[in-house]
Amino acid sequence: MFKGTIIAKEAAKGFEEIQDMAGTIGINGTAHSLPADPRTSLLDFLRHDLGLTGTKKGCDHGQCGACTVIVNGMRINSCLTLAAMHEGDRVTTIEGIGGPDAPSDLQHAFMAHDALQCGYCTPGQICSAQAMLAEIAEGWPSDATADLTSEATFSDEEIRERMSGNLCRCGAYANIVAAIRDVARGRADATV
Amino acid sequence: MSTTRTENDGKARLDDMKQGVLGEPLPRIDGLAKVTGTARYAAEYPIDNCAEGVLVTSTITHGTVTRLDTQAALTMPGVIAVIDDSRLITRAVQGTAGEAPQQAPVTVCYWGQPIALVVAESFEQARDAAKRIHVEYDASPNPSLSPDDVTPEEQEDDTVSQGDLEQAMKDAAHSVDVRIATKGHASAAMEPHAAIADWDGEELTVHASLQMLNYNISELADALDIPEDKIRLIARFVGGGFGSKLGISPDVVAASLASIKLKRPVRVVLSRQQVFQCIMRRSETTQRLRLAATSEGKLIGFGHEALVSNLPGEEFCEPVLQSSHFMYRGENRELMLNLARIHRMTAGSVRAPGEAVGMPALEAAMDMLAEKSGVDPVQLRLMNIPDKDPENDLPFSSHKLAECLRQGADAFGWDAGPRKARQRREGEWWIGTGMASGARIHNTMESRTRVTLSADGTARVETDMTDIGTGTYTILAQMVAEMLGMDPAAVRVDIGDTRHPRGPGSGGSWGASSIGSAAFLACRAIREDLAARAGVAEEALDLRDGKVGGGRTLVDVLGGESLSHEGHYKPAKAQEEYTAAGFGAFFAQVRVNHFTGETRVDRMLGAFGFGRVLNRRTARSQFLGGLTWSIGTALTEALEFDPRDGHLVNCDLAEYHVPVHRDVPDLDVVLVEERDAIASPIEAKGIGELGMCGGAAAIGNAIYNACGARVLQFPITPDSVLASLPRDSCKLLREAGAMRGLA
Repeated sequence: MFKGTIIAKEAAKGFEEIQDMAGTIGINGTAHSLPADPRTSLLDFLRHDLGLTGTKKGCDHGQCGACTVIVNGMRINSCLTLAAMHEGDRVTTIEGIGGPDAPSDLQHAFMAHDALQCGYCTPGQICSAQAMLAEIAEGWPSDATADLTSEATFSDEEIRERMSGNLCRCGAYANIVAAIRDVARGRADATV
Repeated sequence: MSTTRTENDGKARLDDMKQGVLGEPLPRIDGLAKVTGTARYAAEYPIDNCAEGVLVTSTITHGTVTRLDTQAALTMPGVIAVIDDSRLITRAVQGTAGEAPQQAPVTVCYWGQPIALVVAESFEQARDAAKRIHVEYDASPNPSLSPDDVTPEEQEDDTVSQGDLEQAMKDAAHSVDVRIATKGHASAAMEPHAAIADWDGEELTVHASLQMLNYNISELADALDIPEDKIRLIARFVGGGFGSKLGISPDVVAASLASIKLKRPVRVVLSRQQVFQCIMRRSETTQRLRLAATSEGKLIGFGHEALVSNLPGEEFCEPVLQSSHFMYRGENRELMLNLARIHRMTAGSVRAPGEAVGMPALEAAMDMLAEKSGVDPVQLRLMNIPDKDPENDLPFSSHKLAECLRQGADAFGWDAGPRKARQRREGEWWIGTGMASGARIHNTMESRTRVTLSADGTARVETDMTDIGTGTYTILAQMVAEMLGMDPAAVRVDIGDTRHPRGPGSGGSWGASSIGSAAFLACRAIREDLAARAGVAEEALDLRDGKVGGGRTLVDVLGGESLSHEGHYKPAKAQEEYTAAGFGAFFAQVRVNHFTGETRVDRMLGAFGFGRVLNRRTARSQFLGGLTWSIGTALTEALEFDPRDGHLVNCDLAEYHVPVHRDVPDLDVVLVEERDAIASPIEAKGIGELGMCGGAAAIGNAIYNACGARVLQFPITPDSVLASLPRDSCKLLREAGAMRGLA
């Protein structure tokens, strides 16, 4: 079975009310018409056309991870893909993960651990962590996994490896790992 | 009611306050906005009818633009204009300049220099059109591109010649004479430089990503040739600075000129490549260290020379020797700083200018002296801490290096026994430890802030000071809450707007101590008003939880009125009678791969003495950042320039390697709390830069201890480790049996 299936199903929750996705792209549960200019990246579509500026542009070249969003359950760099390529897709941005009135467990943990300084990489870190935890839960191996044929288990080194596409120049990494570790444990406890 | 409070009697009295929130690990008050993506950065303001601008940059190194062919671009859909105004700035402004830099972009001084701005209805249109601008140049032949190509200029203010260092080197029982090179660095803040300018016919409002609005407003006014009072700069959230946003950048002036010309708002966001190429680089350095010591390891001679570079006409010169002047004893001293004028991009401030590269080189040399003299590296530092500034005899305002060394060594578990390289192996990995000291000079700057205690018992603090991730929002709320006796949640912090009183700007690690002092003075004036109303002396005024002396509420005492004072902090003359600095000690354990030369940092610790802690949580975070930068400086960060035309080759985040998650282990920070009454009225010093002043040497020294490779350059890359491994390394490893099965 394709390992992204469970994550994709999870991500699709909240989109069920969207019936006809032709010519549209689903953003945080709302259908939007695709942009007229085919050159528009998914990142610029979010930030400029929709005003969803929580997703950040750090490099526009897939090198920093600040623009990470979750598309059909998978994390991607939204600067590296054109909006026009996502007809019918379901995109979750930081605004869809949690707003000021109801922050998610990851957002709470980032605040509690001071896992941010300037805050510019933060939404990307949180979106990336959200999808990354699902990847570990599904057993996807990484470079930090001892044996690529075995199921991955949760560890700090797995977090560091899998989050290495999200740069933080302020150097909040140690606190980010602590925040993600807390959430992973909390979620594990909640499912026991 | 409003008055200005300026005096500074140096008596803080903060420890007498009753609220008990200052120094506490209060979570960042701007944290919720940041984790939910609702904090707005410069480019993110929704402004109607905003046009989009993209800069065109030069493809020659030195010469003149003879023709700018805009015809093809102007006929493209959506393109509105090409701005080639002579007021465009060609480089970012140096920190605290307060005036425009080199303008007139027809004259090109480095590859990648901005020369024009294309404005279109959409970003996509502007970006494509910028590529269709055809530029013709008259290029100057053979511009100087390498610091070794030119005769450097001696920076005489830095030159020190005391006693006879050459004789001391001859007399010394142990001596080190070593040359160490460091590569250039980029700030690489995560938010690219960006500005939205809006000229309404009379006033210019600019949302920009800037660190020092108090200087930036003068710089922009000078560049545009319009009065400061016609300009409003706003920077409520800044996505990192690290020196790169101290002065206004080309995007700010280009957006402003375009908005004035087109009479509509214009946004300009630099591409990541443009940020690398036309903002600031930390200069590369070549340094010579000379240390002369007695048989016990006591320094009798100290020499530090450095060669750095910058563009012709730039005043900034990487102050490599800044803390070397007072770091260690040694009566025979020679210090000299030289500047080479070359046509690489502008050199300027990158986090901890000077000490960021000067301290690691010095501390690598100290490690070599420790080995030669057989003295434990921690002991060697301890025995060479001077009683007073060794060059001008000034006393230190405070000096916590010894405590940092002792507490750091203790927390790290430093083994003070005899040290020898190549003592521990695990498989193909050599394992070792290293340490280094560090220092960063302390400064404060004139600052103003207004604090208002409202009739409802809440407070507001207003200044144009910025928070660049440093924690300004939070520490200002704590300072006001502490002084006025209230919950920090009742303090509204309104900063990053030039409509408010001028702060000190974020830079040089002076932000918190300077603006905190201004807020302290404003609050003290409010306390005096309250004391008069309550009929007690200000010193006896007990404010806590919104109550006076545990009885009447603030609301009651205010009686429907509000109290407002502007705090005006000016650095005291007394500061000039001391040498003031923050100090630190760094400890690291690394693994070095025998076959690949790869270094991994297993653990790292820093202990720091920097005056009063204003918020233990955000202070620790800033040091975590400094330690992370130490890892980058030690192992990966290097700007590479093409020797043919001087252009920056690795101008993005794929090729310029900042540390990533997996490069950074758990880090430990020890805060060595102190009060430095000379440093500032609130007894605090700087944090942001100290955490990376010397840390790279702890890693380099650990690499030597692990595998015996003494690499005399930063960063210490895998190839440089392999080239420096002792020749018998393979034999040693084989004998240990670690290579079993690999033959």
